[in-house]
Amino acid sequence: MKNSVISACRRYADDRTRLMDILLDIQRELKGIEPAAMDRIAGRLGITRVEVEGMVSFYTFFSNRIKGDIVIRLCSDIIDRHAGGGEIAKCFSEALGIAVGETTADGRFSLEYIPFLGMSDQAPSAMIDETIVTCLTAEKVRLICSRLQAGVAPRELAAHTGDGNNGHPLIRSEVVNNIRCAGDVLLCPVPDNAGLMRALQRRPREILEELEESGLTGRGGAGFPTSRKWRVAADTGAERRCIICNADEGEPGTFKDRVLLTERAGLMIEGMTIAAYTVGSDTGIIYLRAEYAYLRSYLESLLRARREQGLLGKDAGGKRGFNFDIRIQMGAGAYICGEESALISSCEGLRGEPKNRPPFPVESGYLGYPTVVDNVETFCCVARIMDRGGAWFGGFGTGKSTGTKLFSVSGDCTRPGVYELPFGISVRELLDLVDAPEAAAVQVGGPSGEMINESQFGRRLCLEDLATGGSVMVFSRRRNILEIVDYFLGFFVEESCGYCTPCRVGNVFLKKRIEKIRKGLCELEDLDYLRELGKTIAMTSRCGLGHTSPNPVLSTIRNFPLVYAALLKERGDGLQASFDIQSALEESRRLAKRRSMIYDPNYDEG
Amino acid sequence: MSKQFKFEIDGIEIEARHGQSIMQAADDAGVYIPRLCDVEGLEPQGSCRVCVVKQNGRVVSACTQPAIEGSKVENETEEILGYRRDLVRMLYHEGNHLCPICEASGRCELQAMGYRLGITQATKYPYLQPVRPVDASHPDIVLDTNRCILCGRCIRASRDIDKKHVFEYVGRGIHKRVGVNGNKLADTNVELKDRAIDLATCPVGCIIQKGRGFFAPIGERQFDKKPITLGVGPGKGRGKP
Ligand SMILES: Cc1cc2nc3c(=O)[nH]c(=O)nc-3n(C[C@H](O)[C@H](O)[C@H](O)COP(=O)(O)O)c2cc1C
Ligand code: SF4
Ligand code: SF4
Ligand code: SF4
Ligand code: FES
Repeated sequence: MKNSVISACRRYADDRTRLMDILLDIQRELKGIEPAAMDRIAGRLGITRVEVEGMVSFYTFFSNRIKGDIVIRLCSDIIDRHAGGGEIAKCFSEALGIAVGETTADGRFSLEYIPFLGMSDQAPSAMIDETIVTCLTAEKVRLICSRLQAGVAPRELAAHTGDGNNGHPLIRSEVVNNIRCAGDVLLCPVPDNAGLMRALQRRPREILEELEESGLTGRGGAGFPTSRKWRVAADTGAERRCIICNADEGEPGTFKDRVLLTERAGLMIEGMTIAAYTVGSDTGIIYLRAEYAYLRSYLESLLRARREQGLLGKDAGGKRGFNFDIRIQMGAGAYICGEESALISSCEGLRGEPKNRPPFPVESGYLGYPTVVDNVETFCCVARIMDRGGAWFGGFGTGKSTGTKLFSVSGDCTRPGVYELPFGISVRELLDLVDAPEAAAVQVGGPSGEMINESQFGRRLCLEDLATGGSVMVFSRRRNILEIVDYFLGFFVEESCGYCTPCRVGNVFLKKRIEKIRKGLCELEDLDYLRELGKTIAMTSRCGLGHTSPNPVLSTIRNFPLVYAALLKERGDGLQASFDIQSALEESRRLAKRRSMIYDPNYDEG
Repeated sequence: MSKQFKFEIDGIEIEARHGQSIMQAADDAGVYIPRLCDVEGLEPQGSCRVCVVKQNGRVVSACTQPAIEGSKVENETEEILGYRRDLVRMLYHEGNHLCPICEASGRCELQAMGYRLGITQATKYPYLQPVRPVDASHPDIVLDTNRCILCGRCIRASRDIDKKHVFEYVGRGIHKRVGVNGNKLADTNVELKDRAIDLATCPVGCIIQKGRGFFAPIGERQFDKKPITLGVGPGKGRGKP
């Protein structure tokens, strides 16, 4: 243990801000970070053990107990569940002889759930160490387990590799891209470095003007104009600035960044380099979610190649005095780290908690330097805009949402996958493309977005109407809306960082009340309770997670009132619905060994 | 230092210096904004959200939000009071709060805030009833996190003033709690004289000094005579010269 800890700390020069990397290395090597190891890490870095414990206990991929040599993580997302995830969990359990959450007695395997793997288009899926397995069936699970038990390494499991770069020697994954519709901006064939070369011939000011003309808005969900963000970072006086690519893609139902990271990573790095040149940055970070670790070696090889080509490093792209390099920061399992300031905390080796604003990251972000955080897709768009021009890009989409957008479509449709379409397309048009004749409800924008009903399928996907980072989940009439709402709330409860009261506590209360409604134990007044509580959470929370976490409840109360009405009844017996007389009586029945004369209608039969 | 600009809280004109938070400017002007995680002498944290106000129509935490020239701030409106009540209720229900048997009763800021906001009845929320072991290992100090409201005042005091970093958050979401630097408090270098252990630091009854329990008789306790407000209660009136 001692040696692993010491060498991990040394690898990062005992730098406290690299605590994520240090813990990731130790977790990988020792399969856990026990208190004794925490003590040692703390000693080397000159911090207290409880700080290390605070980190270990924050991220799902760290553990303070030793896990199995191989960790199998099952995606518990609603789409995976609908695709039979429960059965798959049972199969793994049986084959390994352990329940989910346990480790085999011989210490070889641990089985657990993770909230979202990013494979909704090929559900059910699981992650075995860093290897992804998809389209799971009972038979496939049994085969996987017997091969693992026979000593086959997880990365050797794939019988065949997926399309495109999924077959690259450094990826070799069975994941498929499922590109169903390649649009005119990103998924069409694109030339290498054309955008970068053009950008480097221009002045930063001209690049900002071009971006402004393009109307590009952030693709991560918030839709903020990219040129405005970059301009603030460029104008904030500082000796260093930082460019971060947000590849945390944690919103359930989103997987388009996975496809871009696989097929357009060069374009993304180009975009980051253009950003660095424009705002005057020397430091780049790609924050890659732990679930996409299978793409890491490949991405690193691209960075290496670009350094060798002189496109990164000193005088990048042949531009004298432009020094810029990029490192990959792996995440460790925390949806909140997709929020830009939490992401920065994580890069600094801290618990992934959002920071207080102001100051905004563009003014003071990573280690206090002005920092631009943009989504993978945003950087890709930048590179294309530099190549083809702002006017060309602005010709796609709507007035406020220009360009094309990648939509990740999953759920009850025949053709799940990634669709690149101009902004402004209606939900109905998209449903036709994905072939979802049975769609009865569509969740736009992931759990934090909005659930719409059939009469609203004419609504358009763009900032002016239904804003989205790209997640579109289709649900047929067979699905139970409140089960979905319950699951989404469970996701937020699980993923809240816990910093502020309303989000930490309020979401638990929302979930508890929905559970009760599902059991038929609630009255009409409970809708007011949900609305009020939801409003307090949304209004008083500290970051975007809490601002939007009540949306599953609030949007379904609005758009699916009958679903609630069917479960909320006037009781007529004068009792509070939430007070369950039957279970209250159970104890006395047991003690008295007889049934209740008043409350058991079949008392006589007793 | 000279005042540099003006803004309004509930129609009252407030003078502020650049760089001041709404809370600091209000404190200077003698206008009370309720708070639990913020306390004089520590960096504001912005976590309890009890200090939420509306600044030009936007809900912000007064302890972290800079005052803006010419802005209109709503503090005591029905809407804001409603949010504050909900937040205080959430804190009551998150932990185990049996005031009559609690050492902090009468000097507890959560209890006092409940009274101030008119929360005297059992509320609509469910009880989460945590069951965490009480740490009485230390010769002078008891730590009972079942009443913890996660305000982080002990953490910041220990880290920034005592320079010991004995306390830190561990866990995430509803499982978040205050951990200590070791298996138990006795393993740490915390001392009775630390700011983290000062009675003014923990707003509730989590950090208890052994041998000092129930020191004030009922009727003589901090909030028995006056409700919680500026200058009343531990560490109130931050930002005062
Ligand atoms: C809880 C939460 C999770 C988020 N997750 C992501 C994410 O996974 N990827 C992403 O690009 N943006 C995510 N965002 C948005 C980021 O905070 C930020 O707005 C975005 O990275 C900015 O890039 P853009 O302007 O290119 O969209 C998230 C926001 C919140 C509040
Ligand atoms: S809203 Fe939720 S995720 Fe955001 S800071 Fe508060 S607790 Fe953390
Ligand atoms: S900590 Fe405060 S609110 Fe909680 S039981 Fe004690 S006196 Fe009551
Ligand atoms: S122990 Fe007390 S001071 Fe520390 S976080 Fe909890 S309530 Fe705040
Ligand atoms: S006092 Fe401002 S958030 Fe707690």
